[in-house]
Amino acid sequence: MEQPRILTLSNITKRFASQEVLTAFSLAIEDGEFFTILGPSGCGKTTVLRLIAGFEQPDEGTLLLNGVDITRMPAEQRPVNTVFQSYALFPHMSVFDNVAFGLKMAGVGRQETADRVNEALAMVRLSDYAMRKPHQLSGGQKQRVAMARAIVNRPRVLLLDESLSALDHKLRQEMRIELKQLQRKLGITFVFVTHDQEEALSMSDRLMVMNLGQAQQVGTPREIYESPRNLFVAQFIGEINLFDAVIREKLDEYHYEAELLGEAKRIRCDRRLQPGDRVNVMLRPEDLRIHSLTDATVPRGFPGRVMERYYTGQTLNSLIMLENGQTVTAHEFFDEDDPDFDYSINEAVDVDWVAGWEHVIPVES
Amino acid sequence: MQFRRFSILLTLFWLGLFVLVPHLLVVLTSVMTPDSEHLAVWPVSGESWYRLREHLYLQVFWQSLWLSGITTLICLLVGYPFAFIIAKLPRLWRGVLLFLMIVPFWTNSLIRTYAIKLILGNKGLVNSLLLGLGIVDEPVQLLYTEFAVIFGLVYVLLPFMVLPLVSGFDKLDESLLEAARDLGAGFWQRFRLIILPLTMPGVIAGSLIVFLPAMGMFYVADLLGGAKNLLLGNIIKNQFLVVRNWPFGSAFSVALILIMALLMWLYFIANRRINRQGGLQDESL
Amino acid sequence: MKAFRWGFVTLVFVYLYLPIALLVINSFNVSKYGHEWRGFSLKWYEKLAGNDALMQAFTNSLVIATLAATAATIIGTLMALAIYRYRFPLRKTASGLLFVVMLSPDIVLAITFLVIFIALGIQLGFWSLLIAHITFCLPFVVVTVYAQLNGFDKNLLEAAQDLGASESRIFLRIILPLVMPAVVASWLLSFTLSLDDVIISSFVTGPGFEILPIRVFSMVKVGVSPEVNVLATLLLVISLTLVTLSTLLLKRKKPQ
Repeated sequence: MEQPRILTLSNITKRFASQEVLTAFSLAIEDGEFFTILGPSGCGKTTVLRLIAGFEQPDEGTLLLNGVDITRMPAEQRPVNTVFQSYALFPHMSVFDNVAFGLKMAGVGRQETADRVNEALAMVRLSDYAMRKPHQLSGGQKQRVAMARAIVNRPRVLLLDESLSALDHKLRQEMRIELKQLQRKLGITFVFVTHDQEEALSMSDRLMVMNLGQAQQVGTPREIYESPRNLFVAQFIGEINLFDAVIREKLDEYHYEAELLGEAKRIRCDRRLQPGDRVNVMLRPEDLRIHSLTDATVPRGFPGRVMERYYTGQTLNSLIMLENGQTVTAHEFFDEDDPDFDYSINEAVDVDWVAGWEHVIPVES
Repeated sequence: MQFRRFSILLTLFWLGLFVLVPHLLVVLTSVMTPDSEHLAVWPVSGESWYRLREHLYLQVFWQSLWLSGITTLICLLVGYPFAFIIAKLPRLWRGVLLFLMIVPFWTNSLIRTYAIKLILGNKGLVNSLLLGLGIVDEPVQLLYTEFAVIFGLVYVLLPFMVLPLVSGFDKLDESLLEAARDLGAGFWQRFRLIILPLTMPGVIAGSLIVFLPAMGMFYVADLLGGAKNLLLGNIIKNQFLVVRNWPFGSAFSVALILIMALLMWLYFIANRRINRQGGLQDESL
Repeated sequence: MKAFRWGFVTLVFVYLYLPIALLVINSFNVSKYGHEWRGFSLKWYEKLAGNDALMQAFTNSLVIATLAATAATIIGTLMALAIYRYRFPLRKTASGLLFVVMLSPDIVLAITFLVIFIALGIQLGFWSLLIAHITFCLPFVVVTVYAQLNGFDKNLLEAAQDLGASESRIFLRIILPLVMPAVVASWLLSFTLSLDDVIISSFVTGPGFEILPIRVFSMVKVGVSPEVNVLATLLLVISLTLVTLSTLLLKRKKPQ
């Protein structure tokens, strides 16, 4: 059953001075999902968030919230709440008063306010801090107060603007889990903005990759990671190895023979391709299969030499130069069969991959 | 080592001799006995402080408070929205307007006060306009009134109110206002709950910088107020330079210092309430 | 809404500038009384030049302003340095005292000066005036220079010490050149503060050394005095030039 659309942005264009920050931008978010907007600095993701919150007005296009046109609705009237990057806690009010603020604005009675505030504080595990002032809190605590202040109002949509970027690494990872659990518990739609792709992949139900004011791809983390639609997405998310290839002939519905690194290689592609088409064949580092050429195995892939290798605890990462001068990155996990394997610099190796794990896209003109 | 010692000693010496000791001397003088020849002699006497309660002086004291208070109020009413508007302008405009605001300030205030006579006098601008437009038949007496004194005080002191207010608005984090909007606060709610409390230290600082000096600006009272509208400064000047009753004059000054200390304490508290590392630590070195 | 804002701002500026504008205009007015324009004339400028007492007072004020500014800048810079760089007993007291001077109303300062000068037996005149002016300019110098010292890279100083430089060398060769914009701005600030002063000067000057506010005061109490208009115009030009210079200087060196 298809989830109802809670938030729709249609054809939004936004200009600052004479620069177009968003161009014909559209986005549809489903009710109750954890949606992330991911992109590099300056791609427009924060602008999208501010448009939804109501701090900016689009020059063209519309915004629909639960079917209602909120394009011209001022921020203070929208049933949307924001967790700011700098937390923006009111320094002259206690934690309790901060969290109660939205309820006070809505005219909620004293008893109900107290109940709901305490409930929200309990949810973020800050019940004992109600009387503290913001300057007495740590970064992580401030973040949770900001969360409580937003969720206590039971908004339809919660916006989070790079909320975790000010936290240190360990805390950040803890907060990711907490945030995800909170979202599941509340059932509110979360729209999360970040430039950290690991964060985006681990937390989202669906995510959008943005660049230069336009959506590059929308999909589940798995789709984005395994089937990037274009070069930007492929290179922005994780590491990627790229091979140029030309289609020679079509073998069947999904398989083609292509010329890759001077050899004929069977590749799989979901799209319709013609002989003569130029394509990018992409492989994630963990999809490559490396074999020492000193083994008595028959070489089946492309020959190369190990330029560098890095031990990361979980994997052994290798930088391998192929015969044509191109370098590829491989990540190999240690396993029971070969727990101590390693490469020496300049070792001759054979580079191949599991058939069908490659991702092929046509070269953009 | 020489250099270091020198600069430290210079600092302590100058400030000790020309700031600390004089202030202590004034407090001391206020409890001495007046003497026409030696200005102030022993024994210690509470006479001057007692005389502060005399009706005549109390009256001037209250009038000073009143005039300075109204001045401060008007400066606030005009200065607050003014600073609010200026603080939000883009950098270039802000710099230009603040500069323009400072320029009159750097002309001798006595001359500027004199210029007001040109405006408020019977043959001055306002009356010429009123007569010319036929609104009145005779010139309206504007000079030598309370109105003229307040007009003059506001004129000289308005920039002093604006500058700390602008600084206060500067410190106001824009994201706090956005957060308030996000949580449903309309304009007046944002003003009452966020802007006003957070700019309060600036308001108090500005008030401090206007209220106290206003009480001492005898030349404004002299030029624009005539004999009936006196400020505390006029009394102090009179006691020191004419009557030569130094203990009495000192007592008035100490009273003024006490008021100043009270207001500074208020400023300190206001900063603490909104939890900035503000107050003395801000300006102090 | 925007029109209202600009209207309000303009109104305030009209209020601030109108009296001054009147002074300037009337300095060229043939008529003695300001309410009628009778023609352009420079005769009041001539009259001012011929008014020895007034010119003397004007010169005296300029001399005091220059000397006080220079002395205050030197002393204040050393003070700022001492407070910033050195730990010494009563350091907090020193900055507290500077704060007191900065915040005290002029009238309070005026009598503290009067009292100490009489107590020390310093005759009221040039020297008392100078010392008083230096003192009330000091906090402004210290704050300005200190602010620039605050943005200082301490590593530079440590490097110099490492290379064997004495304190005075460090100050003259490294610190001073880098805080020069603040120093110059402080001079300009002190100059104008001194020139502007009315209250303190009224108390600590003596009959032998008349300065501008005293002279003008006696002139304007009696009645209209066109030479004062000329004086105002001249002062305005001087102040404008100085303030422009100071703002430009500070702005140029700010991103350090």
